[in-house]
Amino acid sequence: MHKLRLLLAICLLGISCAQAAIDPELLKPLADDDSDRRIAAILALVEAAPEEAQPVLKAMAEDSLALAGERVVILGEGGRVFDAASKRELTPPPAGVETIGINNRVRRELASALAALRLFSAERAVRWQAAQEVNQNADAKMLPLLERALAAEQDAAIRARLQLARAQASLGSSDADVRLDAVRTLGESSDPRVRQLLLPLTQKQGDDWLEPDSAVRAAAGTSIRSIEQRLAWADNLGRAFTGLSLGSILLLAALGLAITYGVMGVINMAHGELLMVGAYSAWAMQSVFRAHLPGALDWYLLAAIPVGFLSAALVGVLMERIVIRHLYGRPLETLLATWGISLFLMQVARTLFGAQNVEVANPGWMAGGVELLPNLLLPWNRIIIVAFSIAVLVAMWAILNLSRLGMFVRAVTQNRPMAGCVGVPTGRIDTLAFGLGAGIAGLGGVALSQIANVGPDMGQGYIVDSFMVVVLGGVGQLAGAVWAALGLGVFTKFLEGWTGAVVAKIVVLVLIIVFIQKRPQGLFALKGRFVES
Amino acid sequence: MRPSPARTPFIVRLGASFDARGWRLSGLFAAFALIAVPVMHLALPADHPLHLSTWFITLVGKILCYAIVAVAMDLIWGYGGILSLGHGLFFALGGYGFGMYLMRQIGRDGSYQSDLPDFMVFLDWKELPWFWVGSDSFLWAVLLVLVVPALIAFVFGYFAFRSRIKGVYFSIITQALTYAAMLLFFRNETGFGGNNGFTDFKRILGHPITAPETRVVLFALSALALIGTLLLARYLVRSKFGRVLTAIRDAESRVMFIGYNPLWYKLFVWTLSAMLCAVAGALYVPQVGIINPSEMSVGNSIEIAIWVAVGGRGTLIGPVIGAFLVNLAKSWFTVSFPEYWLFFLGTLFIVATLYLPQGVVGLWLRLRARRRGKGAAAGEPPAAVAKGVGA
Repeated sequence: MHKLRLLLAICLLGISCAQAAIDPELLKPLADDDSDRRIAAILALVEAAPEEAQPVLKAMAEDSLALAGERVVILGEGGRVFDAASKRELTPPPAGVETIGINNRVRRELASALAALRLFSAERAVRWQAAQEVNQNADAKMLPLLERALAAEQDAAIRARLQLARAQASLGSSDADVRLDAVRTLGESSDPRVRQLLLPLTQKQGDDWLEPDSAVRAAAGTSIRSIEQRLAWADNLGRAFTGLSLGSILLLAALGLAITYGVMGVINMAHGELLMVGAYSAWAMQSVFRAHLPGALDWYLLAAIPVGFLSAALVGVLMERIVIRHLYGRPLETLLATWGISLFLMQVARTLFGAQNVEVANPGWMAGGVELLPNLLLPWNRIIIVAFSIAVLVAMWAILNLSRLGMFVRAVTQNRPMAGCVGVPTGRIDTLAFGLGAGIAGLGGVALSQIANVGPDMGQGYIVDSFMVVVLGGVGQLAGAVWAALGLGVFTKFLEGWTGAVVAKIVVLVLIIVFIQKRPQGLFALKGRFVES
Repeated sequence: MRPSPARTPFIVRLGASFDARGWRLSGLFAAFALIAVPVMHLALPADHPLHLSTWFITLVGKILCYAIVAVAMDLIWGYGGILSLGHGLFFALGGYGFGMYLMRQIGRDGSYQSDLPDFMVFLDWKELPWFWVGSDSFLWAVLLVLVVPALIAFVFGYFAFRSRIKGVYFSIITQALTYAAMLLFFRNETGFGGNNGFTDFKRILGHPITAPETRVVLFALSALALIGTLLLARYLVRSKFGRVLTAIRDAESRVMFIGYNPLWYKLFVWTLSAMLCAVAGALYVPQVGIINPSEMSVGNSIEIAIWVAVGGRGTLIGPVIGAFLVNLAKSWFTVSFPEYWLFFLGTLFIVATLYLPQGVVGLWLRLRARRRGKGAAAGEPPAAVAKGVGA
């Protein structure tokens, strides 16, 4: 805040040399007691001197506009006082300075006036932003300003926005033709607020139509329908995207399991804790970068990917060597032992990093999103996770199908004694395959750290979901896991639309249970000799 | 199976399942629970060295309920080869069924002085939902405890066993079932108190629930229920039914080819096991004074399996010992070193599965066998626990 004030002060000093003064008579009503008159004064000021008015209004919005006797002044940094009209510093500062307080209504007007003023900025980005904001609250009072901005604007995209805003502002016009024009223009919008604006035009109050002109009414109806179509489209698109995003998260959580359970047949209840190891690696890398490479903090995530993979793989290899290898062929015992490992790892995390969740920040380049439509924003972190899960999937497919290790893994799972006979070191392959599955879980954890809480208990939340994905997809299949994850994600999100999140989750679980009864082998059953009783 | 004319009455055959030593031990245990505990808790002054504190009564009473659950779990896992990760659900359902009655017994003594349970007033409900009808009757509550979990277990088990889902698949879908139920019970709208569940009970059958006499009676009931459970389980596993069940565990396909339908054997023992859990839950809630959805958490159900694994699968006394060992350790750890409890439990899971395939009972039997027959092959497990219980 102080920095801002200083900046403002410097700006003011700069401006003060270059710009002409405002007529003090225009400023005086800003301090009026009556809100209506003050709003009128703001608009008049904007009308009369768009460029010079900005610092004054900004000061007013920040509560640093004050009245010193008859003179309107701006309070600067360190008790300095500037004349609002001429922007010159007043030395010595006048006595009896009284801040001009503003209420919420005035504040709103100020904000839209300031936004309107930015329509004349020299920078395109600022104008674009301002045009967006004006669209939020355009009204008739702004019309002259919008006309002026439109006349000056060259950029086509901004012009389109401004025309929409002008149409919104001129809905209240008394000329039916102007209204008709406005309604037709608004039909091209895909903003839910515009629909709200148009709705009254097609409604009756008592016996009278709110909109007297029938042509305008008809046009409003058409416009509303075309907006609604676009909105429904965007809604479904948005749901499909969040579903896809959820699916990619499920996939990342389940891919490692698809190797350890799907291919090797090991029930790993500590899978969620391997995700946790990956997530904590992301946090650790963030801390390391913050301490040693603050300049490159934004790129800690790239370092976290190999670290997450390796640390989770290491934990996995240890697990396999110490416990799981002794339990092959005894799945129920494996389940219990790995559950024990999961409790152990959870407590290790709690002891090392504390029971509280740790904070993992999104890097700057993941903030924000792509606005596809006015009511459809695709956040970058979700997009990146979808892309990341595709990359992990491709890498895993390549390892399993193209590399020598993958060939060995497949050979061992298909026929262990025969693979051993031809010289495959089956024991080592088991360890490596388990390590690979664990490492992929670690990658999933790195991705999860960007959108979910990172804490000792985080793994527990994913264990049931990941098993559902693998079981639904069919054991021993990558394709099955992919379809199951995406299907579950999209289905859950569409279901959430009309049942709420918890009920959707329950329904999905129950449906999976029912589905398994029908097809115990999952969506994609293995055929032929792999099928065991 | 046509009953032969000269059949001995059921009650006699049930009684005959325990041998003389079994009856002596049960008699001793019953005498302790029914006579010694009341005397030591009620009659002795609080500073007497033999006085049993309320804390002790509650803890042991709680573990007695857990032991019933463990025996129930052992019936299907140890003898049926089916590992259920959903027994927490049946336990909690029994608890909730009886908890409804306890909630109604609060009457107007709740913080809102309403006829409705507090959480319903809080949700601004005007009348009891349909599934609460009859909940002010004790008999209805007992019926709920027995029937609802049994029905759910029957329907779920029928479809699962008919589709021949077994092994790990079955474990995972029972886990999903419990998880779904937990999410359901966490919702306020479900009508079971949401997050907080049921608590602040005041009385049971008109008696104040925290009175020492009530506690002693509940304790004795739990002990009797455990003896009954053991007797029934013993009878079952020694009967022809039990032999077929064990055969299904070891070689399901062969049993089918001989001409048995495994579905009904599994279904019966699964439903019975669920009912036993529910009874344990119903006894547990008044002693502990609270029931909430976290009883259905994934971890709780797996913990039941570890009691059985530690004690010894495929023996009936094993689960009881396991439940006592693990839970006593838990209550000691969580008081003395709370941060090490999960380390201990995690290690216990690993050690029990890696090194104690037959639990402590199996270990003891093996040691005894080794000491007796020095010439016999060392480490050869005795016949009673010879067969490893796998998937």
